[in-house]
Amino acid sequence: MDSEDDFMSAVSSGDDVHLDDSDNDDMSGADDFDFDDEPDPDLGMPKDIMQKKRVAYDISFKVFQPSDIQKQQDDLINEVNLILDISKEEAAILLRYFRWNKERLIEDYMDKSRQVLDAAGLAHTTTSLPKLEVIPGFVCDICCEDGEGLQSFAIKCGHRYCVDCYRHYLSQKIREEGEAARIQCPADGCSLIIDARSLDLLVTPELTERYHALLNRTYVEDKDNLKWCPAPDCQNAIECGVKKKDLDKVVPTVSCLCSHRFCFGCILSDHQPAPCNLVKRWLKKCADDSETANWISANTKECPKCNSTIEKNGGCNHMTCRKCRHEFCWMCMGPWSEHGTSWYNCNRFEERSGTEARDAQAKSRVSLERYLHYYNRYANHEQSARLDQDIYHKTEKKMVQLQRESGMSWIEVQYLNSASQALQTCRQTLMWTYAFAFYLARNNLTEIFEDNQKDLEMAVEALSEMFEKPVTELADPKLKVVIMDKTSYCSKRRVILLEDTAQNLAEGRWTFNVDLTGSGSNDGPSTTR
Amino acid sequence: MPPQFAAKRLGKELQKIHNSLPPGIELVSAEDFEEWVLDIKVLDNNPLYKDQTYRLKFKFGGSYPIEPPEVVFVKLPDRPIPIHPHIYSNGIICLDLLGQQGWSPVQNVESVCMSLQSMLTGNTKNERPPGDEEFVRANRLRPKDIDFYYHDNNV
Ligand SMILES: [Zn+2]
Ligand SMILES: [Zn+2]
Ligand SMILES: [Zn+2]
Ligand SMILES: [Zn+2]
Ligand SMILES: [Zn+2]
Ligand SMILES: [Zn+2]
Repeated sequence: MDSEDDFMSAVSSGDDVHLDDSDNDDMSGADDFDFDDEPDPDLGMPKDIMQKKRVAYDISFKVFQPSDIQKQQDDLINEVNLILDISKEEAAILLRYFRWNKERLIEDYMDKSRQVLDAAGLAHTTTSLPKLEVIPGFVCDICCEDGEGLQSFAIKCGHRYCVDCYRHYLSQKIREEGEAARIQCPADGCSLIIDARSLDLLVTPELTERYHALLNRTYVEDKDNLKWCPAPDCQNAIECGVKKKDLDKVVPTVSCLCSHRFCFGCILSDHQPAPCNLVKRWLKKCADDSETANWISANTKECPKCNSTIEKNGGCNHMTCRKCRHEFCWMCMGPWSEHGTSWYNCNRFEERSGTEARDAQAKSRVSLERYLHYYNRYANHEQSARLDQDIYHKTEKKMVQLQRESGMSWIEVQYLNSASQALQTCRQTLMWTYAFAFYLARNNLTEIFEDNQKDLEMAVEALSEMFEKPVTELADPKLKVVIMDKTSYCSKRRVILLEDTAQNLAEGRWTFNVDLTGSGSNDGPSTTR
Repeated sequence: MPPQFAAKRLGKELQKIHNSLPPGIELVSAEDFEEWVLDIKVLDNNPLYKDQTYRLKFKFGGSYPIEPPEVVFVKLPDRPIPIHPHIYSNGIICLDLLGQQGWSPVQNVESVCMSLQSMLTGNTKNERPPGDEEFVRANRLRPKDIDFYYHDNNV
């Protein structure tokens, strides 16, 4: 299977579909666009020089809309139709049979056309056209009917069932299991695939639409370099050349036209800078430990000074107690005044000395504390992203009101939208830096990483704080400039962090305290669905 | 799927079961076409299962036999859950034949019982599946909603 996949991806990456440098980063601003407009960026330039121009975490990909996908299929069908001198309908069936590998289809067809047609259920003789038959003495093994005149059907293997059972079986496969191009004979252990012509004969009108929709989907599903955008109701597909075996070296983040950003490797939402295997492991750990960790993400805590209950209602970590005016950090509960200074580390877990953790109990407490330190921050950014979003929506409503009263234009208030988007993206990155840090073994590079993380975190908190200002202040042109500056600073810090992590990942310079190369999954049942 | 589809087929199966069943398989109850209970025994002298009887519960959906039935072992004072690397201690069975991919509508209650008999006969490992304890504690899903990886089909 593996060798075949490799063969097929090697074929498809080499020809008709050529990857271009789409801009995939909504954070990097407008300067990406003129790059795209250049007529042909690689005018004979060696490939590696071209790639140096791109940032390390930026991978090339392309978004296809349903019409593009249809056109690619049609083009391939037309091409095969011309080259092999067969009908378009037959070309489509053969292409699906060959998982859209045009080269292999043509090669095999030239070599042994009869066998190829036969295998795909397109044998040329008219007698072999699929038809329903009444056979005396026939008993259907599925429903056990044996009535006289019972219509039955069989594909070439001869496993014969009554038409009703065959149709029930197909409707189960098509409607419930989403299969179309590779439905097997219902007989136990028979793996013969029901050919397209037989399906045309048997599929009932109410199923035809779904059947053809599923057939269309096979084009994307059969190609390793194509994946559907997982956003609900999005019909686009993304093309990306990153292979499964590269996933410990690169985090292939793509963004769809629908604005959803996701990982091409595992289809989860953008989880840069953490590689897929680390993410899988982290999520499993969090799910297993959810009870231990739940109390942390609670929305209320006590003021470290006067013990009055404080509720978090915005994304910002800078808390001011309403009662005693004490300012502290929601994450570490330390005084806020120290957070701006260079020596204060809210993001780093201080490993305790070995003497303190002599006995097993103390050790396990330390390892739990360590996990909680990172989980805390991971969960906090996830939650803060939500709270930031809430606050933004409230602000947006007020802005509309303000717009009406002050005469500002819609364009003029868009900076708030960009700020909110930047916050979301940066918090998503920050969130995953904590999962990343949890598995990271210390070496001479971790300090740079932690500094980058801290800088991004401080930039994000500073921007987040802006959203808590009253609307009348937000409309002040001076504050607008400040917010725009802080927005672009956040994005810049994120780019710096991602470049550093991606570069080191690509060059294998991170060491992790767990083995991330294996799938890490234990066999047996998986209860996640 | 017409509602009588499963009933019709199950009616015919029941007729046949009342006539005869292979050795080591016994019908305990079949009150309706939704749930049947059967007992099975392992016929050879495999020391893991010698002199034991195991109870199976079959649940049928409306599209049986196009869809597989839900089959689990049931624990009673005199009916233990057989020890096997593909049988969890709560009676849930990890067998590809009972999953959507491995099921064929040609299978029936009798053939499922026979497959389970031979799955036990051929087993020499006195162990539960990996992660049994954790799975049994955490699982709230019905067997048909679990994604089993049929990691090793020779057990
Ligand atoms: Zn039938
Ligand atoms: Zn067959
Ligand atoms: Zn999309
Ligand atoms: Zn991923
Ligand atoms: Zn206070
Ligand atoms: Zn702090």
